[in-house]
Order: sequence, then C-alpha cells, then structure tokens
Amino acid sequence: MSDLSYQAVMGRKNQIMKAAVGLDYDQFELEGIAFDYERMMASSKLTIQEVMEVMHSFGVGNTPLVELKNITALARRHAKPGYGARIVVKDEACNPSGSFKARRAALSVHIAKQLGYKGVITATSGNYGAAVASCCAKAGLKCIVVQECFDGRGKGQPEIIEKARKCEALGAEVIQLSVGPELFYVFLRLLEQTGYFNASLYTPFGIQGVESLGYEIALQCREQFGKDPEMVVATNAGGGNLTGTARGLLQAGCKAPVVAASVDLKGLHMASDTQFNRKSFTTGHTGFGMPFTTWPDRSDVPRSAARPLRYMQRYVTVTQGEVFYTTEMLAVLEGMERGPAGNTSLTAAFSLAQELPEDAILIVQETEYTGAGKHQNAQLAFARENGITITIGDPSAQTPGESIVLPERPAQIKAVEVDLNRLRRSFINNAFGKDIKMPDAATLAYLAEEINLPHDQTRALIEHMLEESK
Amino acid sequence: MSKKGDWVLLQNVILQPSERAPQVPEDTKQVPLKQWVKGWLTEDAEIGQEATARTRTGRVIKGTLVEEAPAYTHSFGQFIPELLKVQESIKTAMWGEEAQS
Ligand SMILES: Cc1ncc(COP(=O)(O)O)c(C=O)c1O
Repeated sequence: MSDLSYQAVMGRKNQIMKAAVGLDYDQFELEGIAFDYERMMASSKLTIQEVMEVMHSFGVGNTPLVELKNITALARRHAKPGYGARIVVKDEACNPSGSFKARRAALSVHIAKQLGYKGVITATSGNYGAAVASCCAKAGLKCIVVQECFDGRGKGQPEIIEKARKCEALGAEVIQLSVGPELFYVFLRLLEQTGYFNASLYTPFGIQGVESLGYEIALQCREQFGKDPEMVVATNAGGGNLTGTARGLLQAGCKAPVVAASVDLKGLHMASDTQFNRKSFTTGHTGFGMPFTTWPDRSDVPRSAARPLRYMQRYVTVTQGEVFYTTEMLAVLEGMERGPAGNTSLTAAFSLAQELPEDAILIVQETEYTGAGKHQNAQLAFARENGITITIGDPSAQTPGESIVLPERPAQIKAVEVDLNRLRRSFINNAFGKDIKMPDAATLAYLAEEINLPHDQTRALIEHMLEESK
Repeated sequence: MSKKGDWVLLQNVILQPSERAPQVPEDTKQVPLKQWVKGWLTEDAEIGQEATARTRTGRVIKGTLVEEAPAYTHSFGQFIPELLKVQESIKTAMWGEEAQS
C-alpha cells in the first residue's frame, strides 16, 4: 500500500495528475519559461462546431440574449447626452445546472467518457460542482465533488452549502472540508484511490467548452442586433470564464474588447480560517481574480488553460454592496431574479455603458441561478451574523470583511479601473521567479502573448523593471 | 443508536494543527483540517463513536458519526430591511415617486 501522508502524496502529484487528466503536459513545454499555449488548447482535437454539438448533447447552451431596457434607461440618465450603451445579458442561468459552468463541465465529462474513465472528480466550492454533477448524471458517470466549505468553528458559508445540496440533488457524492489549501492533498488522495478523471476547471477541455459561450454571443448578437457588440464584460475569478469567452468571440471573427470585472475583496486572505466567513462572495472576486490573472499556473494542473491577461482589454472592480444593489435592480426592473456573484459583470456594465454611445451594444456574458443560501438576502443575513456592518450610503466607503455599503442611488455605482500594466509587471515577475532578465527573442514573443502587448512594449516594460531592480 | 444502512454524516480530522502545510496562515494553523462525508452505515453505531459507511460512489469511509439523517437547513436568512428599502428606491429612481404611491 502506498504512503498516504501529506508529504508522500504531494510528492506523487505529477504522476497522479498525469493519470487523472489523460494529458501529458510535458509535451507543451518549450525552452525556459515558455510553453506552447495554442498547441495545448488544441488537445481535444474538436472544432468549434463539434464543441457546439457536445453542448447540445448535454442540453447546455443556446441561452437567451436579453436586452435590459429599463436598466439601460436608468444608466442613460447618468451619462452625457447621446451616451449609454444598450445593456444586453446572456442568461446563462438557463443552463441545466444554473450557470455558464455547464459548458466547462460538458466538454470535460465528454472527454472523460471518451477516455473510458468510470467517474469524475472535481475540486470546487462553486457552480462548477453542480455543473459536473449534472453532466455526469447525463453521461452515466460517477461523480465526486470536493469543497472547501466550513471554517474552524464548523460554520459553513451558506452559498457553498447550497452548492453541495445541488450536487447531491444531481446524484453526486460531496466531500466537505474546512478552510485550507491542503484540500489539494485530499483531492490527490481521492484521484489515486478511485482512478477517476480530474475534471479540473483549468484543463484545455474545460476552457474550450466556454468558447461555445463567446461563439454563441457573437452569432446571437449579429442575428438580434445586426452587428457585433462594442464591448463584452466578463466576471473574473480563476480566469476561465473570460478566457473561453474571448477565444470563442475570436473564433466567430468578433473583435469586441473584453473587460474583466471582479468584486473588490482587497485585504482578505483566501486561506485564512477567520476571514473565510467575512466575505459575502465566494467567487468573481479579486481574491481569486488578481492572483490567477498575474500567475495562472497556480491551479491543479501544470499549465492552466485559463490565461485571462492574454485577452482582457481592461479590468475593473466593483464593491459587494454595488453588486447586491444591481442584483435587486435586475429583479425589480427586469423581472429576473438571479444569483449575486454572477451579476458582478452586470454591475460593472451599468457603469461602463455610460462611457459608450447609445447605439453601442454592451454584452454582459452571464447570469447564474439563485436560491436558498445563494442570494443577497442570505449573504447579508450571514454577514450581519458575523459582525459585518450593513448600511445604505456611499458604496465606495466600505472595507471588505468589515462593512458592506448598499448604494443610495444608481448613480453611485462606479466601476474602478485596475492598472493593467501593474498586473503585467506582476505576471513577468511571477514568470521569472526571483531572477528576472532580458529574455531571448522566443521567450520575449511568449511573454508578449501572455501579457497581451506588442513585442517592443513588452521589451520596454522588462527593461524598465530591470532598471528599477538595480 | 443508528442502524446499519442509515444515511449519516461522518467527520474526520485529516491534518492536526501541527501537520498543516507551511504556506497556511497562522490562524488556520491553529485548527485542524476537517472533513465531512455522507454515507450509509455498514454497522450499527452511536453518535460520537467511530463508524464506517459506504458513500454514494461506493467508497468505504471511516470517521466519527456526527449526524443521523443529515438535512439541509440553509435558508434565505433573517429579514434584511435594507434590501426592501433598496428595492423601493430603485423603483422610485426608475418610475418616479408618483408611480410608486
Ligand atoms: C457564476 C460565475 N461567474 C463567474 C465565475 C468566474 O469564472 P472564472 O473562475 O473562470 O473566472 C464563476 C466561477 O467561479 C461563476 O460561478
């Protein structure tokens, strides 16, 4: 019998992962820090049409694109004359498991079945668990979902408890853990014990599944509005949502700029037991968004297929209070009750629309389902129980983990710009580790793609960083 | 007494505080890493005792029996008056005071 201690299992990480994703990542590595991203993304060998067929076979996708006329009208009142883009939302909550994550799961489960795995495991506290459970149910595969759910007092975050319920309702086994990154150790042990497929959020399969979302948006927008969108806003956490959507748009020939949006949770540590239940969002926040954007290869696979810095034109943040407020706007002005985390991009869109002319189309690329636990009322009640102050006032006067301020007026919703060059520098630092140096031409070309800048600007940025470090 | 075949919740300590990973923050190092799994008891057992169960994927697990017939109790939480106020103010912002009275 093999050694199941923490050190021993973590030491076997590479071989366990190789067996569990059916993919040898070594083949994508290039000289030095570089790797061949596009070659990795072609792993499934499926065309976008075939991906759409896989979605169809799981009943996933083809969700409606809904124009939010009242919210648009309200945004226009705060824009200069002639401004205020038409805000349109892709209602991804209509997927079988209630979020865009169904797309990610459908392709992963399809591949798992094709490769002959008997079951699938996924490590996620989010909507992805339900998505994998849903697709496994349809494919006749066993399913285990591993969640980080409770703090050291045994208090569970209501949203994660609801997601566990949904996974179980769809027939899956759920393993719940207290706070800590050692979840990965439990996950590896299970993969080894069961021999199941690792439906990681970060494989090329998962991200290629999300390409169907961007592709559909481009086609539907052309059909409904007779043109491409002027902007697409995506809620950003681990980066797969944005990456897949942007790649799908490009495959449809749509060059609309993609803007990332996250809930500002500055100051809260994601692995902290005592801070775990002081946040009112379990995804779509900067606690994941910043580290994963500036270094994607921190996930459960050697190379993440989610590389949002390659595709984002801008990155903005909004506050918890603003997102709860916008979630209420969507309910009482558009008649759509949806989950708060999925409305992060809508919140940003309300502000961003005011920068665009009236005839522009601004697409909010998702919504998510709502219900007990996974609702602004449940989250605010939980926050209050945990000593967070909740008031109505100026939403920018908030401190994550201490206070939530709901806006008094729609005009107070303001997306705050993140400096992309700061994120690019951080990416370069992370890519080099400690010893940053001027890369050779091939590595420079690789980095330029990763940070989405022309070669000369990438070189100038690195020169500047070298200068500073002297 | 829970009977063989009953649906229960088992709890385990996966890592003691002293065994936690080096990168874990100080507050998290003060508490053990715990795990909760549901399954059908393979033998009769008492709450608080070590027990064995079979999970929905057929794995056999051991742990402390902490709950019989575990139920979902999460909800929408206590009434939040601020949300009602926000809803009304949004409608007023959109449709005006008059339409709302
Ligand atoms: C509804 C919803 N929106 C957005 C996201 C963010 O996606 P990603 O982690 O791929 O950035 C998630 C994932 O957790 C989600 O569940």
